Amino acid sequence: MNAFTVEVRVMPRAALLDPQGQAVEHALHALGFAEVAGVRIGKHVVLAVNSATPAEALARARAMCDRLLANPVTEDYELTLATEAAP
Amino acid sequence: MTRVAVIVFPGSNCDADTRAAAQEAGADAYYVWHRATDLEQADVVILPGGFSYGDYLRSGAIARFSPIMAAVTDHARAGGPVLGICNGFQILCEAGLLPGGLVRNARLRFLSRPVWVRVERTDTPFTGLYQPGEVLEVPIAHGDGRYVTDERTARELEANGRVVWRYVRDNPNGSTNDIAGVTNAGRNVVGIMPHPERRTTSVLGGPDGARVFHSMEARHATPHAVDVGAAGDHRLRV
Repeated sequence: MNAFTVEVRVMPRAALLDPQGQAVEHALHALGFAEVAGVRIGKHVVLAVNSATPAEALARARAMCDRLLANPVTEDYELTLATEAAP
Repeated sequence: MTRVAVIVFPGSNCDADTRAAAQEAGADAYYVWHRATDLEQADVVILPGGFSYGDYLRSGAIARFSPIMAAVTDHARAGGPVLGICNGFQILCEAGLLPGGLVRNARLRFLSRPVWVRVERTDTPFTGLYQPGEVLEVPIAHGDGRYVTDERTARELEANGRVVWRYVRDNPNGSTNDIAGVTNAGRNVVGIMPHPERRTTSVLGGPDGARVFHSMEARHATPHAVDVGAAGDHRLRV
C-alpha cells in the first residue's frame, strides 16, 4: 500500500451560468484588471488515498467523483495525481 | 387517514411545519430520523426543507446517502408518493429520483420572500385539489434554488407535462423555464422549491399552500371509498 495524493478539480458545467465567477470578474474589472475576459469558480478537493498503484488510486478517485464529489448534471471534474507521499 | 413520514435529517428545519401542515389536512404524520431504515408503513414520504449536513459539498449531496434514503427510494420505485420541499427537492435531485439539479441563485443572494407560482399540473398526488393555471402565493427561502437540466431533459419535461409549478410575475433565482417544481415520469415523486407548508392558513399570510397536503389526503381517501366493495381478490367497481 502506498499513499497517494489525488487532486480533484470540480467546475460548474461550461453551459451553466456561474454567477460567482461573474461577480468576481466584475470586481476585478472595478480594480482595473481590464484584461480579465472571464472567471469561473469551482472546487478543489485534495484526497489522501491508500492504494497499491497510482492507476488504482486514480480509478478509485474517479469512482468517488461519480458517486459523491461531483454532480454530473451540473459539474465536470478533472483528476490529477499530485505527488506520491513518502511510504 | 394517510400515514405520512416526514424525514428528519441533521439540519432539517421545516420538519415541524411540514408535519403540522400534514396533520391539519387530516393525515397521521410522524417524524422518521434519517438513520432509520424503515418508513413505518408510510403511504406518503415528505422530505422537508432545511440545510441537511450544512449544505456541505452541495445542497442535498450528503443527505442522499442517509440510511433512510434506501427505503425512500424503494417506496418511490414502487409508485409511492414522495414530496420534496426546498432542501427535500435538492435531495431528490441528488438521489436521482428527480431529474436536474439545483444550483446557486443567479443573483447569489439568499432569498426569503413570497413568490407567485402557477399550478401547471393537477395530475400529481400533491396538486389534485388545485385548478389548472391557478396562481398561488407561497414563500421561498433558499440560496441554491436555480433549477437546471441539460436541454434534452428540459424539452422532455415540457413535452411530457412534468413541470408542476412555474414562477410567474418574476423568476427569483434564474431557474430554467421558470421551473419551481417538477415530477418524475411516474408522476409520484414531486419536488417544489417554495414552501407550501408555510402558507396553510390566513394567520400565516394565506392558505395557498394548504391544498398540497389536502390533495395528498384526499387522494389517499378516494381508493378506500372505491374499494368498499372489494372482496378477497375480487375488486368490484363501485
